[in-house]
Amino acid sequence: MTEGSLIPDKITSLIGQMSPPAVLKVEPGAITRYADAIDDPNPLYRDVEYARKSRYGEIICPPGFCGWPIKGGGLEAGALMAKVLGAVFESGMMRILDGGVEFDFYIPVRAGDTLVVYGQFIDARERVGRSGKMLFLTMEQTYLNQNGDIVAKARNTLICS
Amino acid sequence: MAKKQLCYEDVEIGSEVTPLAKVATTQMLVKWAGGSGDFNPLHYEDSFAASMMVGSPIVHGALKRAWLGQLMTDWIGEEGTLKKLSCQYRAMDYPRKMKTMTEPHDGETWWCKGKVTNKRVEDGEHIVECDIWVENAKGEKTTPGSATVSLPSKKK
Repeated sequence: MTEGSLIPDKITSLIGQMSPPAVLKVEPGAITRYADAIDDPNPLYRDVEYARKSRYGEIICPPGFCGWPIKGGGLEAGALMAKVLGAVFESGMMRILDGGVEFDFYIPVRAGDTLVVYGQFIDARERVGRSGKMLFLTMEQTYLNQNGDIVAKARNTLICS
Repeated sequence: MAKKQLCYEDVEIGSEVTPLAKVATTQMLVKWAGGSGDFNPLHYEDSFAASMMVGSPIVHGALKRAWLGQLMTDWIGEEGTLKKLSCQYRAMDYPRKMKTMTEPHDGETWWCKGKVTNKRVEDGEHIVECDIWVENAKGEKTTPGSATVSLPSKKK
């Protein structure tokens, strides 16, 4: 930790830690409710007959939905996130906002899939913004399907100040 | 959908992604909270939002990201494949309040937009890259990002 750095050692020392895997069952009703919430009428997310005739052969998930809840399951609920956020609050930062996300999609997620997701705390950096110093924390979630293939990765950035 | 399938040859650098209009309402935020599983009170509790220094409850960043997902999947059609999607939540957006059970008050409409920045054939795949963003009623890009897709080709 350099002089004047905002990144507490307690946070730096957590980089690389992984959350225990969590299981996500991809239920068709959950897919449709998610699509409804966006106002996306695409029949691939709701019409079984239609989806079976498509190249996917089954109802699929809109991009970014890998089962409910969308944010990492185990990662959000788990001890790793609690530890990271605990260290953030301890250092006096009180405001945590979602900064953005990067998705890589490898294989379509279909209704009936059972995914496993695990999260990893991969990065912490500080930047000086309009409202002073901010801490950017990056979490990566990796989703695998029942065949053991990686279907998607998501990197979320949290902005703490 | 009975739409014409977009092909690699149909797009050039600078081509526009077909814009998509969205209206964030308090009702949509409730549906999104349930549909996504994000129950952060920042998006429905006035006093909590004020204490987080955002004024009043804000639109979920991930909801705007999901709109951008629809922008791309609508544009590329069923034979296109979305390979990458990213965005940054740069500025706050505030939902319209509801007037009736189903109708929001007049107010802001958001536009999801995009522009092709690159195209190339790579390992037999026809790849197109785009800048994408959500624009508020003032024309400000509150949620800029990028997307990579593969499209079918008319050749072969």
